[in-house]
Amino acid sequence: MKPGSDRLLDVEELTVRFGTEDGAVLAVDAASFALGPGEVLALVGESGCGKSVTALALTGLLPRSAAVSGRITFAGRNLPGLAERELRRIRGRDIAYVFQEPMTSLNPVLTVGRQIGEVLRRHQGMGGSAARRRAAELLELVGIPLPHRRLGEYPHQLSGGMRQRVMIAMAVACRPRLLVADEPTTALDVTVQAGILDVLRTLRAEIGTAVLLITHDLGVVADIAERVVVMYAGRTIEEAHAEALFARPSHPYTRGLLDAVPNPARHADGGLREIPGRVPVLATSPDACTFADRCGHADGVCRTRRPAFARGPAGHLVRCWHPLAVPVPP
Amino acid sequence: MGRYVLRRLVESAVTFVLATIVIFLGVRALPGDPVRALAGEENDPQALAEIRRAYGLDESIVVQYVRYVGRALRGDLGTSARTRLPVAETIGHALPVTLQLAAFAMVVAVLIGLSTGIVASVRRRTASEWAANTVALLGLSIPVFWFGQMVILLFAIAYPVLPASGFVSFFSDPVQSLRHLLLPGLVLGSGLAAVIMRQTRSAMLEALGSDYIRTARAKGLGGAQVVFGHALRNSLIVVTTIVGLQLGALISGVVVTEQIFVVPGFGKLIVDGVLTRDYPMIQGLVLVTATAYIAINLLVDLLYSVIDPRIRVGGAVL
Repeated sequence: MKPGSDRLLDVEELTVRFGTEDGAVLAVDAASFALGPGEVLALVGESGCGKSVTALALTGLLPRSAAVSGRITFAGRNLPGLAERELRRIRGRDIAYVFQEPMTSLNPVLTVGRQIGEVLRRHQGMGGSAARRRAAELLELVGIPLPHRRLGEYPHQLSGGMRQRVMIAMAVACRPRLLVADEPTTALDVTVQAGILDVLRTLRAEIGTAVLLITHDLGVVADIAERVVVMYAGRTIEEAHAEALFARPSHPYTRGLLDAVPNPARHADGGLREIPGRVPVLATSPDACTFADRCGHADGVCRTRRPAFARGPAGHLVRCWHPLAVPVPP
Repeated sequence: MGRYVLRRLVESAVTFVLATIVIFLGVRALPGDPVRALAGEENDPQALAEIRRAYGLDESIVVQYVRYVGRALRGDLGTSARTRLPVAETIGHALPVTLQLAAFAMVVAVLIGLSTGIVASVRRRTASEWAANTVALLGLSIPVFWFGQMVILLFAIAYPVLPASGFVSFFSDPVQSLRHLLLPGLVLGSGLAAVIMRQTRSAMLEALGSDYIRTARAKGLGGAQVVFGHALRNSLIVVTTIVGLQLGALISGVVVTEQIFVVPGFGKLIVDGVLTRDYPMIQGLVLVTATAYIAINLLVDLLYSVIDPRIRVGGAVL
């Protein structure tokens, strides 16, 4: 990532706290990352690591119980400083979302055409028939056959993969500069997943949108991402180019994630290696490494001082007192 | 869609037949011989047999039933034992009165219930929600007979701005009609408004927390579009059901309300009929009520399929 003005999105020290009935929860802990125009960045981590919260925080989509601090600079504007009116103009037009569950993310009682057309009417001031024509073009663009017929159909009449294509058509309707895809393939069959990733790749080439891909699936990351940011317990813990990260993970957690992926060549015994323990739920940011309790390399420093997000031996940004230097065996 | 409508029509017809059987047997299960009631002082067995034959009561119960249904379908519900007027005609005069009152009460209930329900769900944890909940609780817990008298005291006696009783048809004088309908409509609709408010509130809260609302917001839609275009549209499915079910409660509410406001409608006929043991009249009233229930249920089911596309069987689009 080159510094300066050619960044499309720059997230600095993003912190999100939720006030719940059981006390405060720190969902995102000073996360920082950046994204260039047209780039595909994967935000990777286990469930509950704060990646989806980060995605929603970008355009102020979190519930009112969330306290957000830090800077989110998008195309030169600080998003948390904007009024709701301004954010509404950005949502769906400049920053668009594709969510995980195509079953529930589309409104069950409105037709596909209406739901796509809504974005066009809202942001491009199109009338009914123009919006309908454009919606059909968009359906064709995401590979849905008989688009004119589909416009009048309801979500329950479509398969999961089709629904996700509709979500994508809706998201790219206004040619956004940033597409946030939150687990876009998680709820789908493997064969359907490949099709959806193809659509994302094609669209990115066609309209030049940058993609922030949020996933826990390293296969998806390897397939489509250029750069990867790994999150753990609300913190960003490693950032590198995709190939570099897969070849030489610097953080023990990243290494653990890669080891947990089934790989017949590497695991001769056929078993999977899992990371012992579970992701902690924190109320406040501890002055320690949040992974220390699950890490085989942890010592006294790890438990008493917070590691900085700094260049490690492999050249990755890594938040670790003892970054790994050994590459993963092929 | 066509097949669905056809199926519901057939189901309604079956329900109607079952209802007529229950009503027919119910009246015959009442104690006492109707022939004796009709004969009055007459005690001669031959005269009684004459009456029995004249009214077709010497036939088998199946033949009697078929005759009864045949007459009912032609609009002949018999003659009132009290007024000697045809039952169908009497009900025909009273029904439009009650329908106007019920329709007005319904409009009042839906307007109040929907708007307060939406406010309570959108403005959570504010004074508005608290106020809406209080109104709903009052609407549910205040009995109609007391509420009716209180509004008469307030708006017809202490501040005489509205009439306390009577009825004017909407089609002859709309302004006078609304003035007469306002108090009974408010009283009759208050309970239903409270039910609608609570249902709307909980359905809206569920809808507003759903994934498709997040999608709608992520598209950059404004608050009104999200609330009315997306959340309310889904909530209406639940609300329609409740309104349909509550129409039955409206009929019982009509009986009390019409007594309080001296409205010459269906409810008053029921009370008069029961008090004077006017069996042909009661039988006709029950039949009309049952038919109304069946028609309302059919209407609600058909409304569903308009509101919720998932119910349209076969996946056909309207």
